[in-house]
Amino acid sequence: MDMPNKKYPLPRTEEKHLHQVGKPLVRTDARGKSEGKTRYAGDYVMPNMLHAIVLRAPMASATLKRIDASRARALPGVACILTGDDTSAHDAATDLPGQTGRQRLNTDNQILVRTRVRYHGEPLALIAAETRAIAEKARAMIEFELEPLEGVYDPEEALKPGAPIVQSHDNIVGSHKIRKGDIEKAFKDADHIVEKTYRTQFIEHAFLEPEVGMAWVDENDVVNIRVSTQVIEHFRTIAEAIGVAHNRVRILGALVGGGFGGKEDITVEVYLALLALATQRPVKMVYTREDSWFGHGKRHPFVIKYRTGVTSEGKITGSKIDIVADAGAYVFLSPYVLLYCALASPGPYRVDNLQVDSVAVATNNMFTSAFRGFGACQAAIAHEQQMDELANTIGMDRVEFRRKNYLKKGEPIATGFCVESEVWTEQCVDQAMEALGDKSPARGPLRIGQGVAAYQQSYGRLTMMHDTSECWVGIEMDGTVVVRSGVTDIGAGQGSALCQIAGELLGVPLERTVIYNSDSAVTPLAGTSTASRALYMTGMACKTAASALRERMIKRAAKELGVQIHHVDLANSKAFVVGRTEEFITLKELVGHCARDGIHRSELAQFNAPFTDPIDPETGQGRVHPDYVYGAQAIEVAVDTDTGEVTVLKSVAAHDIGQCINRAAVEGQIEGGTAMGIGYALSEELIYKQGQLMTPSFSEYLIPTAEDTPLEHTSIILESRSGLGPFGAKGIGEPALTPVAPAVANAIADAIGARVLDFPVTPEKILKALEASTAVTT
Amino acid sequence: MTNIKPVTLEINGRQETIAAPNNMTLLEALRELNHFEVKCGCEKGDCGACAVLIDGEAVDSCLMFAHSAVGQPVTTLDGLARNGDDQHPLKKAFVEKGAIQCGYCIPGMMIAAQSMLNKNPNPSKQEMREGLGGNLCRCTGYNKIFDAIEAAASELCGGGKG
Repeated sequence: MDMPNKKYPLPRTEEKHLHQVGKPLVRTDARGKSEGKTRYAGDYVMPNMLHAIVLRAPMASATLKRIDASRARALPGVACILTGDDTSAHDAATDLPGQTGRQRLNTDNQILVRTRVRYHGEPLALIAAETRAIAEKARAMIEFELEPLEGVYDPEEALKPGAPIVQSHDNIVGSHKIRKGDIEKAFKDADHIVEKTYRTQFIEHAFLEPEVGMAWVDENDVVNIRVSTQVIEHFRTIAEAIGVAHNRVRILGALVGGGFGGKEDITVEVYLALLALATQRPVKMVYTREDSWFGHGKRHPFVIKYRTGVTSEGKITGSKIDIVADAGAYVFLSPYVLLYCALASPGPYRVDNLQVDSVAVATNNMFTSAFRGFGACQAAIAHEQQMDELANTIGMDRVEFRRKNYLKKGEPIATGFCVESEVWTEQCVDQAMEALGDKSPARGPLRIGQGVAAYQQSYGRLTMMHDTSECWVGIEMDGTVVVRSGVTDIGAGQGSALCQIAGELLGVPLERTVIYNSDSAVTPLAGTSTASRALYMTGMACKTAASALRERMIKRAAKELGVQIHHVDLANSKAFVVGRTEEFITLKELVGHCARDGIHRSELAQFNAPFTDPIDPETGQGRVHPDYVYGAQAIEVAVDTDTGEVTVLKSVAAHDIGQCINRAAVEGQIEGGTAMGIGYALSEELIYKQGQLMTPSFSEYLIPTAEDTPLEHTSIILESRSGLGPFGAKGIGEPALTPVAPAVANAIADAIGARVLDFPVTPEKILKALEASTAVTT
Repeated sequence: MTNIKPVTLEINGRQETIAAPNNMTLLEALRELNHFEVKCGCEKGDCGACAVLIDGEAVDSCLMFAHSAVGQPVTTLDGLARNGDDQHPLKKAFVEKGAIQCGYCIPGMMIAAQSMLNKNPNPSKQEMREGLGGNLCRCTGYNKIFDAIEAAASELCGGGKG
């Protein structure tokens, strides 16, 4: 539901005379999915295809003394078995997705274990056979001997001198500092100092489609890989890992059955490529759900300590923040997730005196990497609970306390960068709380609580990565539109949005546009569908291409219609004279004229994000991201004080997303983010004991079901049109999730008058917190 | 050794035969027979992505052996159809209400919805929450799925030709 805005009159989409941008249109991919016609990566078969599986290490820290696949190789129907010895020449870079060519040294991971096992589930061997059943039988016949090694499973332990070494010489795989103002003076100026430590847990993406792909070597020796991925640009990293030239690996994406960051790193691609090269046959690898728990990095657990000074009038004087992240056994994107967390740790507030120290630490737990929100989620869980604790300490209303500290447009964030787009945190918090309304009445053992959380979430990748995106737009001879973009569509409607943008500018309805996407060989490289960047970057590339084409079409139409260029507009597949719509030429006719005149009917454009050098490592000052999204979530819960059970009664999300492209898709992101955040706060936790995963199923790892959705939900979508994306759009993929979990935690604390500092906030912990608070008050 | 025997199944009103080991699940058989509209999410009956209708009721096809489905007509998403060009009301409503994001859970979700509507043509929101409790979706937060089922239910009741 779109709420009327009383306090802050805003420009509306309609006023801009947009024909389709901003409307809740049916996405171009919806119909095929509804009919079951959409082919996901696992729905392809090829003649003569082999079936491949992975043998995984059953313990977290060990030395591989011996591996012998000779018996398994002799099994009829087995085509190929690869072990660490067969891949010893190569490593797989785990660093930034291949687009930029940037890579830190000594962070690669072994493709298959050579001697050292660093995490439970690390691959020991790859098996390809005529059938999956034969492959499974062969896997059981591979003999191997593991000698357990002392491991380390707690990042704080891993930092201590003498701790077992997992990576590098001290287990530190990433660190960032922020130094700003005078932190000692800030504490002197404070009337109160609040110190709290917040802990977050390992989280699983739980996309419904497990990792899957198929590879084959073609007549040009190109290794083709059709795979479920967020990043087709990995073809470069894959090529280096398997030892071929970049132009001999082609990634064909498919529509992705959910990603959320879990398909941002390479998953099955290198395995498939090696097996296809070794056998010269098509090879398919379908992860089981069980494989998926071990097959991709998880969300980092964080320990975040705050020491915050505040005056009695409610002004934050400064914050000292210490952050420790569990990177697990390999580096992957940990240093960048850590940077996001450090940068976001003061929240969307003006904190002039700031000292942040953060480290990502290797352990023998499952490796951790990208997950929707990318460190800013963990920061929000901490800073928003800390804001409530500060407000409680000085006896001030939580919203009023926030109001005294909001970061405003043009003011410096943690890294000193001044945000140029609108910063509508205050509007979002106020509107969310207003829509949440009065507290529902408590009854029986049920206590009602309300909570709010605000956030700052970047959109667009790190500016030091020099992100770019290409897009091709063309008009066919019948006036239909074709878009070509490498963008992967991971379910948010990335492809449909580009059709809408091109259609808007060329005056062609959505049903007459089509997109070809996600093929590293034939669609222009558009960059990753990660970091809430897809709409911003690929949308701008598409808009740039379509605008150039529009200009040429209008120029030719003006000649035909006998008017000046600025009197011509395009809509409904026609070029017409503004104000005299009866004077028109159809797009089909216009394209015919262009063809006869040799006017180029397509355009390839590249869009560049702002480029910067890396930030100062000593102070953490500088520009890190292109821009930021601001917003808030308000939540009302009922807590059963007998059982500790939490029911989310009401949820209101308010985000300034700049500009909707497809309003229904934006609502979908917000509603899905809300559910995911509720799971993050209440029920989801991957439990590792000595590195062993104890919760490898959906009956042990509990994501929200239809029964766990809020009884009432409202999405308030504000459009400041101030973003760097097409038509002033920002991004919504990650922001939709970021404030939800802390809002739930704050609502529970409000309900029970006590706070659970360790996520998730389970019934058991709630009952303990209730007991403790009763013990104190009696 | 696994015992492989031909098994003939009735899928969406058509007889289809496959050489099936006795431990082959209905899910494996359906996908082997190119019914790729049936999705595999967990193979443990936890997620509902592979649901099909048997006797009008949603069943996780990963929990049933192909041989056990003999003589029990199976309906997949493809079988949810109307004569003529019109989309099935559930499919139409899921499209129009924006209930589909990545779409991977959708075949199972629509089967569960049809199963629920077979028993209860006008479910309340609470009944929908319970009726879809066995089908996981990670993208949508379920809100628009409820909206779609509500719209489809009213068309199925109103139209009278469900």
